Amino acid sequence: MQGISKHFGAVQANGDVNLTVAAGTAHGIVGENGAGKSTLMAILYGFYQADSGSIQIEGRAARITGSGVAIKLGIGMVHQHFMLVDPLSALDNIMLGAEGHWRLAPARTRVRADLLALMADTGLQVRLDAAVEDLPVGERQRLEILKALYRGARILILDEPTAVLTPQETEQLFVTLRRLRDAGTTLLLITHKLKEIMALCDAVTVMRAGAVVFDGPIADCSLDQLAEAMVGRRVNLGRVAGAVAAQPGATLLAARDLHWRDALGVQRLAGVSLDLRAGEIVGIAGVSGNGQSELLALLSGMAAPQSGSLTLGARQFNVGRWLDPCTARAAGLAHVPEDRHRCAMVLAFAAWETAVLGFERWPRFASAWGWMRRATMRRATAEMMDAYDVRPRNADLRASRFSGGNQQKLVLAREALAPETPPTVLLVGQPTRGVDIGAIEFIHGRLRAMRHAGGAVLVVSSELDEILALADRVLVMDRGRIAGELPIAGCTEAALGRLMAGAQAEASP
Amino acid sequence: MSGQPVALPRWIDIGLLPVVNLGLALLVSAGVVAGIGLDPVQVITLLVKGAFGSAAGLSYTLYYATTFVFTGLAVAVAFHGGLFNIGGEGQALVGGLGCSVVALGLGDFLPAAVLLPLMVLAAMAAGAAWAAVPAALQAWRGSHIVITTIMFNFIASALLSYLLINWLRAPGGMNVETGPFPAAAQMPGMHLALAWLGIAWPRTPLNLSVLLAAAAAVAVYFLLWRSRAGYELRAVGFSPDAAHYGGIKPRGQVMLGMVISGALAGLVGINELAGVQHRLLLDFAVGAGFTGIAVSLIGRNHPVGIVLASLLFGALYQGGAELAFEIPGFSRDMVTTLQGLIVLFSGAMAQVAAPTLARGYGLLRPKAAGVAAAAPAGGTAGG
Repeated sequence: MQGISKHFGAVQANGDVNLTVAAGTAHGIVGENGAGKSTLMAILYGFYQADSGSIQIEGRAARITGSGVAIKLGIGMVHQHFMLVDPLSALDNIMLGAEGHWRLAPARTRVRADLLALMADTGLQVRLDAAVEDLPVGERQRLEILKALYRGARILILDEPTAVLTPQETEQLFVTLRRLRDAGTTLLLITHKLKEIMALCDAVTVMRAGAVVFDGPIADCSLDQLAEAMVGRRVNLGRVAGAVAAQPGATLLAARDLHWRDALGVQRLAGVSLDLRAGEIVGIAGVSGNGQSELLALLSGMAAPQSGSLTLGARQFNVGRWLDPCTARAAGLAHVPEDRHRCAMVLAFAAWETAVLGFERWPRFASAWGWMRRATMRRATAEMMDAYDVRPRNADLRASRFSGGNQQKLVLAREALAPETPPTVLLVGQPTRGVDIGAIEFIHGRLRAMRHAGGAVLVVSSELDEILALADRVLVMDRGRIAGELPIAGCTEAALGRLMAGAQAEASP
Repeated sequence: MSGQPVALPRWIDIGLLPVVNLGLALLVSAGVVAGIGLDPVQVITLLVKGAFGSAAGLSYTLYYATTFVFTGLAVAVAFHGGLFNIGGEGQALVGGLGCSVVALGLGDFLPAAVLLPLMVLAAMAAGAAWAAVPAALQAWRGSHIVITTIMFNFIASALLSYLLINWLRAPGGMNVETGPFPAAAQMPGMHLALAWLGIAWPRTPLNLSVLLAAAAAVAVYFLLWRSRAGYELRAVGFSPDAAHYGGIKPRGQVMLGMVISGALAGLVGINELAGVQHRLLLDFAVGAGFTGIAVSLIGRNHPVGIVLASLLFGALYQGGAELAFEIPGFSRDMVTTLQGLIVLFSGAMAQVAAPTLARGYGLLRPKAAGVAAAAPAGGTAGG
């Protein structure tokens, strides 16, 4: 790709980007959110047309006007959010759009034969007759790769492929990808996880603000160099060197024996108990879907359990009189939900409207007659934006127009600053999902500051790095239970991964 | 990830785009008119003249628009709460029933200054009550409000027939309608109000309800964008999960949105019955509840847009009637066709021209786009 430029309205997403990828290599593309890497790949895959620049595929100039053209040229894409039809079988998903016969039965027979050969060649094993909704995430991903290969992909674009995988699944994926590369497939890996680039790729391109800032073979660079190139300054995401050991104080939140079944009767939490003490950060690790989300929902009052009890400060809550989000807020419990776009903010609202969500009835924002005190709200939002470095500092901009990191900073700022007194307990789900490195560092700093100030912080994260960087002790969740607790001293990614994955292997016999 | 995100400046989005849409609708309409052998220029001139060319024409336009403002606002308020209220028709009928009962029951005892406000309140309360039933069914029992409100239109119509035929019909009358409202229960016509101010105005159905409609539009704006209730209603409408997270109770918001919506629709009875018919009769709403959906859609669910869209529809009704009268061969069906085309282009296909406009804007102002790029790019780099 030569001299690619692309504008969206006033925003320059790509500016004169050159990207050369050698055939049969794995090439990493890294950059923060909004650095332009996804746009570049979308141009390659024909979703967007570049404003200027040219593309050559295997030496020939190509005009990629749509994804159909890209597929014909041998380009396949595995999206971060899988493009699969859940109720259909794996086989039907691969066939979809490439049936090759107007009757499905003969089409299935032929596609199945081809796939069995392909699976044997590549080592991508997928149960073809299972419905996609019944497949674990790792297998769905293999299915996506298989789908691209079946369509003749020689160049495979993978967009954040490991975002939803356990460490073990990630390792397995990398084994497969190395095998594909050795068989001649060219891999383009888009990610913000630098470790994975180092582990898999032969060469790397770093993008920042729509331009290439580093380009070279992986052997020539270190992790720190890449991180610095990505952010434009030195960053530190690990544990703070010489950090003070936790001095846990009084128990601020105590949950006892929480049980919760969902609407379908599936047991999601089976007897979870935990304590949060003043001045500590507790990390909850686990493969997604083992009850972490449900635990957060119960502790924050967004859902009520079928049995169990909760003590929050001086107040006791039991089944039948569970806390609700308003009560929780009033009792000094702040909650940054996992799903920022669905729960934490109203995307269609202006920043100032989203920055008072949940606090609109609080005395400082409420007028006696039920009007919104808009001036006060805007001023408070401006203060939040200053304190948490939310950019751009525009309280009237739509919430959806901020980048992921700035949205998260705004949510965190609201939870910390909107109440008159700072919250004593903070529940945070996936604090840095979809957030770029610069903001991660900032958010981690704020969470640590909250702990130093004597708050109790609960961090649920699927990023083990994050848990290890923040927590004073780590709980691992598995099938709705606390499977184990490790103090942070001596806690390693491998140890946690074994606990999480060992538990998983048991779960699916 | 299909197509390119279109970010148009506000003045194009809410100013130019509707005008372009209207122009396209008129262009296609001109083609249709030419197709049946009439002169499009003459037809459109007559239409505009009929709607706005005389005091009487303008009055009729405003009279029609009044009803559409009520039903359009009703649809919009519910819509901001994430509710699709198709029951404006039924709520209008029951609202009319409410104000008629007050008019007939208390009309002989109270002065107009007390009676008319009471009738307004009664119309709102009755419309609200009629909307509250489907709302409660949705909030507590999960029955879909689109289905229930449609059903409630039929029930309202049947209820009105039953009550009129068996209980309310004027004794000895031939028609299925009540006896006339007492004088105190009649909303003064605009010609009377203006005559009182010393201005001569032709006698038309336009009455003081038009002021009520204007007040309702202002009130809805303040409700939705200045009050806490509106904030919470919109939060539920945009994102029920975020509202729940914020501690807003969705059931209360469903009730609130629908009750306000029903109350607004109920006011149709004031314009049509207290203002014009001066009696209660069958199906006086003549589809205004459904037209309200189109009005709200074209008006982008915003009071200002709804007022403008109501004027457009009022003009089409009035100008269309004039056309049918002036040009033999131009039937009411043709008028309906023109209305349909305008709804099609301004409502259903409202965004069709947007990409073209965006491209044109980009060609005209490449400099502005390039210079402005620096600010947002710097912003995202930090976080």
